[in-house]
This record gives sequence, structure tokens and C-alpha cells, in this order.
Amino acid sequence: MEVKFNEEALAVAHKIIARYPEGKQKSALIPLLHLAQAEFNGWLSPETMAYVGSLLKIQAVEVYEVASFYSMFNLKPVGKCLIEVCRTSSCWLRGANEIIEHIEKKLGIKDGETTQDGMFSLKTVECLGSCGTAPMMMIGAQFHENLTYEKVDTILDSCKSEDKRKTYFDEVTVKDY
Amino acid sequence: MGKKILLEHDHVPGIQGYEVYRNCGGYASVEKAIKTMSAEAMVEEVKKSGLRGRGGAGFPTGMKWSFLAKPEGVPRYLVCNADESEPGTFKDRYLMSRIPHILVEGMITSSFALGVNTAFIYIRGEYFYIVRILENAIKEAYANGWLGKNILGSGYDLDLYVQVGAGAYICGEETALLESLEGKRGNPRIKPPFPAIAGLYGCPTVVNNVETIASVPYIINNGGDDYAKIGIGRSAGTKLISASGHINKPGVYEIEMGITVEDFIYSEEYCGGIKNGKKLKAVVAGGSSVPVLPADKIINLPSGEKRLMTYESLSEGGFAGGTMLGSGGFIVMDETTSIVENLFTFARFYHHESCGQCSPCREGTSWMEKILHKIMDGHGTLADIDLLWEIQSKIEGNTICPLGDAAAWPVASAIRHFRHEFEAYVTNPNAVNKVRHYENMNA
Ligand SMILES: Cc1cc2nc3c(=O)[nH]c(=O)nc-3n(C[C@H](O)[C@H](O)[C@H](O)COP(=O)(O)O)c2cc1C
Ligand code: FES
Repeated sequence: MEVKFNEEALAVAHKIIARYPEGKQKSALIPLLHLAQAEFNGWLSPETMAYVGSLLKIQAVEVYEVASFYSMFNLKPVGKCLIEVCRTSSCWLRGANEIIEHIEKKLGIKDGETTQDGMFSLKTVECLGSCGTAPMMMIGAQFHENLTYEKVDTILDSCKSEDKRKTYFDEVTVKDY
Repeated sequence: MGKKILLEHDHVPGIQGYEVYRNCGGYASVEKAIKTMSAEAMVEEVKKSGLRGRGGAGFPTGMKWSFLAKPEGVPRYLVCNADESEPGTFKDRYLMSRIPHILVEGMITSSFALGVNTAFIYIRGEYFYIVRILENAIKEAYANGWLGKNILGSGYDLDLYVQVGAGAYICGEETALLESLEGKRGNPRIKPPFPAIAGLYGCPTVVNNVETIASVPYIINNGGDDYAKIGIGRSAGTKLISASGHINKPGVYEIEMGITVEDFIYSEEYCGGIKNGKKLKAVVAGGSSVPVLPADKIINLPSGEKRLMTYESLSEGGFAGGTMLGSGGFIVMDETTSIVENLFTFARFYHHESCGQCSPCREGTSWMEKILHKIMDGHGTLADIDLLWEIQSKIEGNTICPLGDAAAWPVASAIRHFRHEFEAYVTNPNAVNKVRHYENMNA
């Protein structure tokens, strides 16, 4: 597959780039990487990073240097539904460990793994600012809070047919602003 | 009921939208500022208010603003810190998602006071859905003439953008944030120069927390003296507290600074007491970075008086016997909690989030996580406890940014106040009762 934004995504990219003062276009890198990750299957391949670099006229290695710093950028393929469960204090205090255990058992994968069918990936993450509604997990751009085993089951069952990897593009309205 | 400034209209239906916000008196501060005030007079009001930065460090906002360099012909920037990643803290999220216009209004008013024509809200990448909420609010503000060219016919121009991060606690540190906003890795810069002199793109920049900026409209509308009357002494105004853990009513509460910690934990107005009728064991009062205190020390001061929810009272007793207000991330632990295991979640966090620039932090946080893991697994020794102490003491003060200190303090305080628990793990690991918090909570 050739890595190239479709027309709509390219228009968004140019809008983002135009926000910054002349000569400071590198500021658009992180927003563009989010956009690219959403457009190209939820992860950043070397080809995707090189393509984003070409839009900003910077080297692919400069893109990699940044992409590899931030935990939201996936440098390996992920499932259609990436489940990110918070494991930090406030969530742990209200049962995050047990929730993680429950998901691992249900999907037959461990933290950091993807199911055989490529549907689900599980990643434990640090505090997502949902400590008052703990335990919690994020799927796509959506927060799921006050989790119980039953709630997790319902959510995961309803995810079974959906590709959540484009959420960033759908959620963010940079399109019309 | 204490005075509410930020959440006064929280329960008004539709307050997320422009019309309702405006009808509740929204954007009055922009009108007042642009039509009747000079930039200097505004900075003076903020100074008088006694407002202190709500991002964690508590630096006086008016003073920070007065440090902003103003060389001719060089743009200045205002950057709002909405990175909110300190474990236990979720107040900025609450405020931005429920009353986004209060932040937009605060950004406009503050930008005018600082002579800024381009401002950014840097928000953590995981708050995806709030980006949309903020961008909608900004769009409404443009449409109603509060943003853009020639605001209220004054000749003043301002553009406001939302910039997303991508998952990195360190980008909450102001210079790392600026690096990230420039499209780089979030490695903190060596200070000086401070952002007020050389910040975004090397230009003079003010970085302020969401809650700090959102407090500005009230101060401009009512005057600095009025704001200074709320709260106690140098803890002026109201503070948003994010309450979580083993309490009956977790959530975000706006408190007038000066109520007692005891009242905050047990009254129905706030946390509503400890869940399932359990006893209080310990509190982390200001986000993961501040020292943990056992129940008696968080409720009472060394003098026997009640401890208050203020910058000064929370830190009374110094590092040995006090803590800090920090970001206001108030994490409550009941009697079943293992301090060692809770500390492990913090140590793992800091190891994960260290940017790797400074060796003491990069290596030290990794060691602390490993040793705690070993202790939890029942393979620790008494010497490991001393080693932990040693490592934290060598990180503190030896790094470019305060993340190192933030990683050290939780370890130091846990050992200081709960050494016996660490000893129990190493001397008789089989006797340590491993609590399943899920079952406990859903009992
Ligand atoms: C590791 C680290 C993380 C920080 N995270 C945040 C944050 O998420 N939000 C914030 O407002 N300030 C954070 N700060 C504090 C900022 O560096 C800075 O002091 C603050 O944004 C200034 O705004 P204020 O004066 O309005 O508080 C952090 C500091 C450190 C050292
Ligand atoms: S600790 Fe899990 S969201 Fe904050």
C-alpha cells in the first residue's frame, strides 16, 4: 500500500501546518503523527513516518526520534481495538489489577499482546485523569469508567465488529476550524 | 457551602455552550479588560489577588506575569498547561469538559494582559474528546467576536489554538511542554533562561495551568482585593481538589482554602467518609509526587491543631512531618491498603515517565521499581530497604527538572512513615495479606 493521505486528511494536515509561524512548521509533527496513525491502521510504520517527514520537509529519523518518545504512538501494528487500562494508584486502589486480570483471561492475551484474529490489543497505561471514576480503560478516544467485570464484558462484546483505529480523525474537529 | 468561583455555574444546564455561558456573565472580563483597563493595571490586579499557580508549584501568578520580557518587535506567547498527568489529578479535565468557555475566556483576558497575539492550549493526547469540546468553544468565541482580528473594535488581535500531546507526563513540566509544542521530544530545558525570557520559539512565554487561567476572569471582574479575601493568608482563593481512592464520593470539589482536612474527608459536602465503613490509613494529598502521610499526621498538625487544606498547613512539619498541596490530587487509602504496593505503582510510573536525560533519574527510577518489585515478590532483604532510601536521596536535587524529586519524595515518605510495612514484606512475606481491591470495593 502506498502511504499517502487521502484528500480530506491532506487538507486537515495543511490546515494544521498553517497554524505555526513561518519556519516553525515542525510544531505540526505531533498532530500530524496522530492523524497518520488514525489513517494508517493505528500504528506508525517506517513508511508512514517518512511520509509525515516529507510533508514537513524533515528527515524520517527526526520523525522517528519524536514518535518513539511518546507512549501514544504505536511503532508496531495493533489490533482493531486497542484497550488501554490504567494501572496507577487510584485505579489500583479500586481494582485495576483485577480488571486487567479479567481482560487477560477473557481475551487469552497478556499485557502488550494482540489476539490471533487481530481484533484486540491490550496495553496497560499510566494515569489517564480518570482517577475519580476508577477503575477505567480507554478504547479509541473513549473513556470507559467505573468499570466492573460485567461492564468490561459488555463493552468488549460490543467492540467485536468495529475498527476503532480511526477515532482520532473522527473525534477531532480540526476539519472545520 | 464555601464560595464557588470556577464551578459556580457547573450545574446550569447547557453551560458547555456559548449562549448559556454568556448569559451567566461569561466574557464580561474580556469586555472590562479591553474597554477599560491597561495591561499593567491587569497584571497589578492579579498580583493583588494573591493567586498562585495551580499546576503544582504554587508560584505567584502576578509575579510570573510581571517577569515576562517585552523586547520590541518580538512576539510573546501564552501557553496553557493542560497536560494534567500527575496521578490522582483530574480537575482540569473536569473543568475543561464541563465549562470550556471559562478557559477560553481566561486565555483571552490573560493574553490581553500579557500583550500576546498567539496563544496555545497544550492538552495531553489522551484527552482526545476534550480537544473537540475546546475547539467548539473556540469556534464559538471566534464567531462572537471574542477571538480573531480587532477584538471589540480595539485593534487587538488574538488567535488561540489547541495543541495535543501524545502521552508523556514529562510534557507537563513547562520547558518540556515547550519542546513538545515545537515538535520535539519532551526533554526539559536547563533553566535559566526561564520561559519568561526565552520560551516558545525562543520568545518570551508565560506557561500557566488551566485552573490558574480560569481564575483570571473572576479577578478581573471583581478585583484582586476581592479574590484575596477568599481563603486564608497566602492561600488565597478557591482550589479544585480531585478526590479519589477509598472514599464514598470521589470527584472534583471546589473548596475555599482553609477548611480542615478532616472536614474534607468526612463531610457529606465533600468526600463523604471512607468507603465501606473502613478506617483511614493514609493520604497522598497533592498528586503522586508529594509525600504520603499516615492518618493521624494528615488530620492533625504536630501542635495538635487540625491540619487545613492550604499550601502552608499541608506543608507544616516540613518533609519529615508534612506534605504539599501540589496539584490537589487527593488520594485516600483505607486500612486494607498496602503502602508498599501503592508505592510500587508510583515507582513504576516515574520509571515509565522519566525522559532519560539525567542519569540519576533514568537509572534511579528503574532501580527503585525493580527493588520494590523484588520486595513485593517476597525476595527482598532489609538491606534493600536501605538501598531504596539511598537511591531516592541521590536522585533528589540532582536532575535538570523536578521529576527526579517527584520520584524520590513518595519513596522517602513511605519508608519514613511506614518502614514496618517494608520490613514485614522482607522478614515474613508469606504473612503479608494481599488484598484484592476489586472484591473489597464491590463487596
Ligand atoms: C514532572 C512535572 C510535571 C508537571 N505536570 C504539570 C501538569 O500536568 N500541569 C501543570 O499545570 N503543571 C505541571 N507541572 C508544573 C509546570 O512545570 C509549571 O510549573 C506550571 O504549568 C506553571 O503553571 P502555574 O504557575 O499556573 O501552576 C509539572 C512539573 C513537573 C516537574
Ligand atoms: S490513576 Fe487511573 S486514571 Fe488516574
